[in-house]
Amino acid sequence: MSEPLLQVKDLEVYYGVIQALKGISFHVNEGEIVSLIGANGAGKTTTLHTVTGLLHPKHGSVVYAGQNLAKVPAHKIVSMGLAHVPEGRRVFQNLSVYDNLLLGAYTQTDKEKISRQMDSVFDQFPRLKERRRQLAGTLSGGEQQMLAMGRALLSDPKMIVMDEPSMGLSPLLVSEIFEIIQSFRAAGKTVLLVEQNAKKAMTVSDRVYVLETGSIIKEGMASDLINDESIKKAYLGE
Amino acid sequence: MDFLSALINGLSSGGTYAIIALGYTMVYGIAKMLNFAHGDVIMVGGYTMFLTLMALGHPLVALAAATVFCVILGVTIERLAYRPLRGASPLAVLITAIGVSFLLQSLAQIIFGSSPKMLVQLQISGGITLGALSIDYSTLLTLAVTAVVMVVLSLFVKYSKTGRAMVAVSEDRDAALLMGVNTNAIIAITFAIGSALAAIAGYLMLCKAPSLSNTMGAMPGIKAFTAAVIGGIGSIPGAMLGGILLGVVESISYSVPALAPFTDAVEFSILILVLLVRPSGILGKMRREKV
Repeated sequence: MSEPLLQVKDLEVYYGVIQALKGISFHVNEGEIVSLIGANGAGKTTTLHTVTGLLHPKHGSVVYAGQNLAKVPAHKIVSMGLAHVPEGRRVFQNLSVYDNLLLGAYTQTDKEKISRQMDSVFDQFPRLKERRRQLAGTLSGGEQQMLAMGRALLSDPKMIVMDEPSMGLSPLLVSEIFEIIQSFRAAGKTVLLVEQNAKKAMTVSDRVYVLETGSIIKEGMASDLINDESIKKAYLGE
Repeated sequence: MDFLSALINGLSSGGTYAIIALGYTMVYGIAKMLNFAHGDVIMVGGYTMFLTLMALGHPLVALAAATVFCVILGVTIERLAYRPLRGASPLAVLITAIGVSFLLQSLAQIIFGSSPKMLVQLQISGGITLGALSIDYSTLLTLAVTAVVMVVLSLFVKYSKTGRAMVAVSEDRDAALLMGVNTNAIIAITFAIGSALAAIAGYLMLCKAPSLSNTMGAMPGIKAFTAAVIGGIGSIPGAMLGGILLGVVESISYSVPALAPFTDAVEFSILILVLLVRPSGILGKMRREKV
């Protein structure tokens, strides 16, 4: 087995004096979908923000594709092939759908490649194509989520980290979002997923880590954990 | 005819305000700070023109030198004074900006003294006469430069990659970082553009009234800041509209004998009126605060 694509070791992150992550370690192998599940405030978003450089750890390391990200500024991480679809979509409301997608390709220099990828995003999300001139702020929540995912795809990532992609969406759209996540795997991309919807997350994932107040309390194959009694009770509402 | 010429003069001085206001509003929108030293960059540009004129003589060379020097100054101020305070309390940044403003004014006074310099080489006299209406060449020049600045800047922001990144940073700095935008570089570029515009505004002011002192930028700076707030601070079309509006109000008020002594009061009353009706300015967006 080769090195994992993402290796996180003993990560400790503080907000001021409050410790949000208490030394967590996990890894994601190339081609895998891995989920972090846990309640509000468990440290899921903090973990993702530290992976993509928006937050800096006090201790521990994040190694991506063999490179330690500790000294890499946040804006350089996306060009290493690691894209982040943030919680709450965070699309640029006052820019058109098309301009949002172009910002996704901000680090790309090959114009032909950008237009090829733009076409493939439009193929996958025809609604974005219809609305490409519309301001992103006028899109529905589901459309904004698709825009946020399309924008990430335009950076031509090897790995995508996604923060609560299904939050606030109708059940039908939630299923659609999870189908899209599976299509990322089919396209050869690695996914690290943070979700409140633990059941859905576990059905698409290979492996799962369970976070509780800044520590990983359980890890395993998704197919095993989905039948684990304590997980069922705490996170699946059964 | 009096009204018409007041209107044209107002459009022209409003154009100068708009050019300065663009610097305030872009920096506010992108770096989320009020750069109260912006007006004094105009003054530094003025002294740069003064020195260049003594050495080389040609007004356009002086303008070019002032633009380059102001860009360097603006970027340096941002790097040394404001960047270390990124993430600090807005009050700390504000007081620093006021400190930089006093620093520049005092340095100019130490170096050049407090008596005004006359830059007669920059003065553009004469004008055209259309019937009873006469318009100064300097007024026409200001109108033309204002129009060019507005069009070029709008196209730049809308269609260039850097312009798109500027809008992105102003809206959501972290999300822009995730797209790979170097937000520090974008903020530096914003200061560079604002400072270049300040140099141009200083040139236009000196074409009309060639008297240069260390407080030359203070009042136009405050007026332009007012204009930016009237238009909606953070909004580029807002700064343009606010600047023109303030200039026209100023000029018309000045042309009415009963109002003339109270012109400044009239202008700032406009600010209060606009803010009573639209607290975020005419074209300003209501900020949706994140919870």
